[in-house]
Amino acid sequence: MNLHIDDYKDGDLYVLKLAGEIDAYTAPQLKEKLLELIKTEGIGVMVDLEKINYMDSTGLGVFISALKTANETNRSFKLINLQENVYRLFNITGLNEVMDIDNTIRGGK
Amino acid sequence: MGKPFDFVEMKLPAKSEYVGVLRLTVSGVANRLGFSYEDIEDLKVAVSEAITNAVKHAYFEEDQGEVTIGFGMYKDRLEVMVADYGDSFDLEKIKEDIGPYDREMPIDNMKEGGFGLFLIDALMDKVEINNNHGVVVLMTKYLHENEVGQNDDQISTTQ
Repeated sequence: MNLHIDDYKDGDLYVLKLAGEIDAYTAPQLKEKLLELIKTEGIGVMVDLEKINYMDSTGLGVFISALKTANETNRSFKLINLQENVYRLFNITGLNEVMDIDNTIRGGK
Repeated sequence: MGKPFDFVEMKLPAKSEYVGVLRLTVSGVANRLGFSYEDIEDLKVAVSEAITNAVKHAYFEEDQGEVTIGFGMYKDRLEVMVADYGDSFDLEKIKEDIGPYDREMPIDNMKEGGFGLFLIDALMDKVEINNNHGVVVLMTKYLHENEVGQNDDQISTTQ
């Protein structure tokens, strides 16, 4: 019941690879890391959720806050490779309309 | 004389570290009742939202107390109660105290969670909230959703 965060730079884009669970316990560390990356130089941040098997509204809150910061600082912010149960939450809340979410490259390399 | 259902109760410290512990428990209890994988995922999120609210509540009160969780395991449904205080449940008493939804009633306590209550409502078949002494959330998920009337999918709150 932990969250592992790996980040690397792909050109001017920061990629955040997450594994584990995003909940009330792990969300604060994710928020800190994410906002820090968005605020540093670069074109933006892409978050890979392929290995996130659980997320709840605390995760939605972190991503909303990241999106706001990205918009303010003129950076891109994108989520990729969401598992079905995770994507479902974006769908139910309508956040899939607001967020840049790309599930098409799932499984592809 | 046994009750017509099994009841499981647990108390957890009102700390976010224990949200995941509750999730594992919900998973086990729901699996015991035969819920599908998808339904168990829904239950995990809904119950986590409820305890997250309770934990935040405790945090703001600077009262690092306990959260009490009760599982009513029926043949056709699972009822989960999450209360942000440490007292034991009197199941029947709590159900008596929870009335129908009053549209005039602000649900300020729950709004701290942002999408939390919204998700609970969307993922469970029935949600009731009691604000009398602390916050009690009672939520129900039926084993066969299509046997339940659509009008059961609503939020109730009383004070």
